Amino acid sequence: MSKITNLEKIIESALLVSQTPLSLQDIANLFEDDKPSKNQIKKSIEDLNNSYSKRSFEIAQVASGYRIQVKIGYEKWLSKLEKHNTTRYSKAFLETLVIIAYRQPVTRGDIEDIRGVSVNPQIIRNMVEFEWIKVVGHKETPGRPELLATTKKFLDYFNMQSIKDLPRIDNNE
Amino acid sequence: MREEINFNVKVNGVEISEIPEDLFIPPDALRVIIEEFEGPLDLLLYLIKKQNIDIVDIQILPITNQYIEYINLMKQMQFDLASDYLVMAATLAEIKSKMLIPSDNEDEDEEDPRADLIRRLMEYQKYKDLSQKIDEVPRMNRDTFIAAGILNNIEKKTVLPKLDIQQLENAFIDVLRRAEINATHNINVEVLSVRERMTQILDLVRCNENIKFTDCFNITEGKMGVVVTFLAILELVKESIIDILQNDTFSNIYLKVKDE
Repeated sequence: MSKITNLEKIIESALLVSQTPLSLQDIANLFEDDKPSKNQIKKSIEDLNNSYSKRSFEIAQVASGYRIQVKIGYEKWLSKLEKHNTTRYSKAFLETLVIIAYRQPVTRGDIEDIRGVSVNPQIIRNMVEFEWIKVVGHKETPGRPELLATTKKFLDYFNMQSIKDLPRIDNNE
Repeated sequence: MREEINFNVKVNGVEISEIPEDLFIPPDALRVIIEEFEGPLDLLLYLIKKQNIDIVDIQILPITNQYIEYINLMKQMQFDLASDYLVMAATLAEIKSKMLIPSDNEDEDEEDPRADLIRRLMEYQKYKDLSQKIDEVPRMNRDTFIAAGILNNIEKKTVLPKLDIQQLENAFIDVLRRAEINATHNINVEVLSVRERMTQILDLVRCNENIKFTDCFNITEGKMGVVVTFLAILELVKESIIDILQNDTFSNIYLKVKDE
């Protein structure tokens, strides 16, 4: 295995202590004189990931950038750690979320049309609080209803880099 | 049928953790089902599944009957939801009636009334499936966890801005000055009521044909009392209840009830 370079160590340490994902720009900004290029950083991350092949963690790329996270497959044990209480989302919550994710930007009316029931305001409030959705504008129809769309944080949470990573709609109907 | 029995047992027990495969709605369990059971289209899907009907081949009559049955239960429990359900039941009834009445023009361009409903159901089914899929997507703090090292032993070079004692003093003087500006003026609740005093004076004037202006005042009440009495007299004059009389300049002033 090739030797780990200083650049790799710096990137690794930065990702380790950062509470939020770091973009290539964030990483480049750590340096003053000898700023590495974005390609160099990408290459380093790749090399780091190769060196982690036998470890439980990896550098993952999500919408907001890169972060070090535990590989999938340890949840059985890790969920025992008190602070990782698995959250369960209600059917209504998930349905509302996917409609916003797939049909964005949408109004509450659009969601109601599809689900056939009125939107629970608490669900929308929670999603805004999680910073999973935001108001991106107003539809130019009577009442100028808010247009809702998902955020990078939502993608981060579901380990996605973009909306394209959402599960596909089966078109067999 | 087995499903229904299981479901009932669960109801009589403590909790229902899962939606029964087969949807049976006993009145007692209604609340629980409402929570598990989100919307009218949802309900419809359940009913359709229960009867193993292909979604495209919806038979309206039996579904409508079950639907209305359910609404009757809903109405007593949750009015908001019931109204949503009612719309769907009405839609179903409308579709059914359209199917029954032969159309005047046998043209083919008239759309099957069930088409719109089917479209909506399929649309909803799509998002329902997606919501289950997204629930399986690996997510934070369930399937994956952020690895976080702790930053320690870093020498913190905190550079404090320069500050001399003069600046501090000036700042303090500023604060004092601002405090003065913001000093509040407290208004005390009026102990003596003008209205009340008006009544007292009116009584006084009614009892004594003519009363001296100066006799209306009670010096022991202090400045406040004098002011209130004066205001009361002015108010009575303004409302044309009493008259003020004075014969000569600087002579005694008298109050009397205004002549009717």
